[in-house]
Amino acid sequence: MTLKASEISVGDTFEEVLVEDLKRTQLVMYSGTSGDYNPLHTDDVYCREAAGYSGVFAHGMLTMGMTGRVVTNAFGAENVKKFGVRFTNQVWPGDDLTGKAVIEAIREEGGETLVDLAITTTNQKGDVVITGNATGRVDP
Amino acid sequence: MADEKTMTFPVEATHIMMFRRSIGDFSVPDTGMEDAAAPPTFPQAVAQFDPDYFLRIKPGVAWFGSGKNPSGVEGQAASSGGLHAEQHFEFERPVVPGDVLTATLKEGKTWEKESKRAGKLMFSERITEYRDQNGELVCTARGVGVKTERPVDQG
Repeated sequence: MTLKASEISVGDTFEEVLVEDLKRTQLVMYSGTSGDYNPLHTDDVYCREAAGYSGVFAHGMLTMGMTGRVVTNAFGAENVKKFGVRFTNQVWPGDDLTGKAVIEAIREEGGETLVDLAITTTNQKGDVVITGNATGRVDP
Repeated sequence: MADEKTMTFPVEATHIMMFRRSIGDFSVPDTGMEDAAAPPTFPQAVAQFDPDYFLRIKPGVAWFGSGKNPSGVEGQAASSGGLHAEQHFEFERPVVPGDVLTATLKEGKTWEKESKRAGKLMFSERITEYRDQNGELVCTARGVGVKTERPVDQG
């Protein structure tokens, strides 16, 4: 259900579980679809023995993609005007991620009703892994 | 790398469907995929159509990654290619199946910063404009990459 301006207020908050116990297979899936085959995301041996990491970790863009579901559930993919993030912590296999959106503004611009969201994605320890913003078009 | 390069990105419903699955988005039934707009981060998959993309195996070129040995490439730096610091998308309209996008990638600003967790950080910005088959702007993407002096401290 996408948002309607008449049914929401500034400060309203939406939360969504993005993934529980993130699997290495999902990292492989994302490598395949995005084309980012960096072994840092798929190759544990390379990570541990050549790159100095404890193992594979998620593509930032996988975490952003999962976080984008909060945005597309709010607006519908066809109504997203802006979506931007900063990556603040790495995401690891086994992580649970929750995305949260807070309505920052409801405004009219160019004959459209737009909603601005502040976005954060947090892991099971409460560490923020993504902060960002999104703007989308909604029905009045 | 040249300061600017152009790639052709044919947008196919099945590619979007697989991309959607990979980010755990099950909001569109497979039967409706021909009409559904792509998720907002899908433009990044233009990497599949970048002939020089350095994170894809190419025949006859040494590839980093474990095989007979852990690194796969003699003398490969420990931190390969860097990490992603920021990513932003702005849409004039959604990306939809059937689009044939022309993506123009431009190198942007570069800057440096010191960090406790990874030593010197070298940031670089890349801006990609996606135009459709009529030359109309569809999306502008701005990415910030960071190369670290050493692997990020996980403590």
